[in-house]
Amino acid sequence: MPDASLEITVADVQHLAGLARIALEPGEIEHLAGELNQIVDSVRKVQEVATPDVPATSHPLPLVNVLRADEVGAVLTQQQVLSGAPDQQDGRFRVPAILGEEQ
Amino acid sequence: MTDLIRWTAAELAERLGAGDVSSVEATRAHLDRIAEVEPDVHAFLHVAGEAALTRAAEIDRLRAAGEAPSPLAGVPVAIKDVLCTSDMPSTAASRILEGWIPPYDATPVARLRAAGLVPLGKTNMDEFAMGSSTEYSAYGPTHNPWDLSRIPGGSGGGSAAAVSAFEAPVALGSDTGGSIRQPAAVTGSVGVKPTYGGVSRYGAIALASSLDQVGPVSRTVLDAGLIHDVIGGYDPNDATSLQQAWPSMAEAARRGAAEGSLAGVRVGVVKELNGDGFQEGVRSRFAESLERMAAAGAEIVEVAAPHFEYAISAYYLILPAEASSNLAKYDAVRFGLRVDPGRSTTEQVMALSRERGFGPEVKRRVILGTYALSAGYYDAYYGSAQQVRTLVQRDFAAAFEQADVLVSPSTPTTAFRFGEKVDDPLAMYLNDVTTIPANLAGVPGMSLPIGLAPEDGLPVGLQIMAPVREDARLYRVGATLEALLEAEWGAPLLSRAPELGRPVPVPGFGTEPDGGTR
Repeated sequence: MPDASLEITVADVQHLAGLARIALEPGEIEHLAGELNQIVDSVRKVQEVATPDVPATSHPLPLVNVLRADEVGAVLTQQQVLSGAPDQQDGRFRVPAILGEEQ
Repeated sequence: MTDLIRWTAAELAERLGAGDVSSVEATRAHLDRIAEVEPDVHAFLHVAGEAALTRAAEIDRLRAAGEAPSPLAGVPVAIKDVLCTSDMPSTAASRILEGWIPPYDATPVARLRAAGLVPLGKTNMDEFAMGSSTEYSAYGPTHNPWDLSRIPGGSGGGSAAAVSAFEAPVALGSDTGGSIRQPAAVTGSVGVKPTYGGVSRYGAIALASSLDQVGPVSRTVLDAGLIHDVIGGYDPNDATSLQQAWPSMAEAARRGAAEGSLAGVRVGVVKELNGDGFQEGVRSRFAESLERMAAAGAEIVEVAAPHFEYAISAYYLILPAEASSNLAKYDAVRFGLRVDPGRSTTEQVMALSRERGFGPEVKRRVILGTYALSAGYYDAYYGSAQQVRTLVQRDFAAAFEQADVLVSPSTPTTAFRFGEKVDDPLAMYLNDVTTIPANLAGVPGMSLPIGLAPEDGLPVGLQIMAPVREDARLYRVGATLEALLEAEWGAPLLSRAPELGRPVPVPGFGTEPDGGTR
């Protein structure tokens, strides 16, 4: 089954890691490519019974849109919200540069 | 006072109410037990220590003043580290949240506190609840009290081991694909995954939002019911919380234990959740339990659930997809780990922090979920998985036409050894084959101990499932079976677990040269 085993390439994993914002090491990427192909090969089984006549279910119990009353609730203070921040300044989250030098 | 730690929460509550024992004494006894056995078991990531004793003293004062907030006031409880606690670190066993103290309590925790229960600490788990063995905890695994060389199940192995090792009478867990029920099965304890929406998820660190459910972990069916009654019910902070009145689960358990009969109960045996691949001793104990239930008047029927065999594949698409989205919040900006080598952009810092902060299984599932949701593959994988979810729900609906409750072995095998499956993701995923269908359909499930497998002497669990919103049936049927089995055994199963952390006795009459440890 050459098709299946090649479905996710090392380049694909590199791309996915970028989308997921994880700076994977080269060794991890290679290892993951192998594992993901195995896993995807196995979970592909869902396609055997997912025929067009079967509707999709996203949620275990049917739910309608849930709205709360438009009232001020008990919310966290600014200090509480910032309590776990790696860095903060003037009551705000402080972050490194958003744009790189080439950007 | 050593008996104190062996009391159930119900017994302890009764004696606290009668004034036979104080909450400080009960809390101290459990803290002492934790100190004694933790070097072997490692069920806890954080122990509340003095804070627990202070809270216990407060409860004792309230009770003395006639103001005990509930009958369970003063009973100690352990809390899975996936639940936010405003006074203890909440890490979900991940490096990325090391030391993080949330600014609020999860609703189930807040409700336990309001009822006067005393939090003893936070229990170990697989990182972000991804795993079936606690081997994926960033802080080292928990050991099964029945055999320290074996896994305690996962992800909630810490909570299950804590109650099984008598470090806490009751605990909280969370169950996304079996994380309460599978650890209960392999540690000889009881665990319940309530109906989806029955217990608030507010403040539970999210893994897969359409599957996660918080529930009780205990040594008896009644204790699980007592905790379920405290933590359950509508919460406006969780948009998926069900707005309805619930019957008392503790009451259902008491009724079940008292009746001792299953006359008129139709018990459906799920054909697909037994057989090939299931350990011999698991199958034989399960078969005996069915005989026991039949002897108690239950009508045993076989039911077919032809799509359950696809459930595990659907689950390992839906869960990673939802997890990859939920875990995007760990961005090194608002909370959690930040790895900043300097002169880097926010995006680079984010990627480095997630590389350093996430363990291998979390990375595996986030990447898999990102793949399943990516353009061109969405319909083939995530879309198909959602269709399977419909088919699994239809199987449940058809099965519950023929039976009041469904049963299966809780797990295919007893506790396996450390390292056996940790490098084989697919083998690890198969541990959840029995428990996953309930999460996909939102139905409630319970695992309770039904004996030891003859070949290895390790606990075997029975899973009971009921239709959505019918959680009380689990307690009614579970408590009856538990009472019948304990009458036959003459004592709870956990009384047969090996002694742990026993200090070497002073040599003398009746002591054994090796200290008598296993």
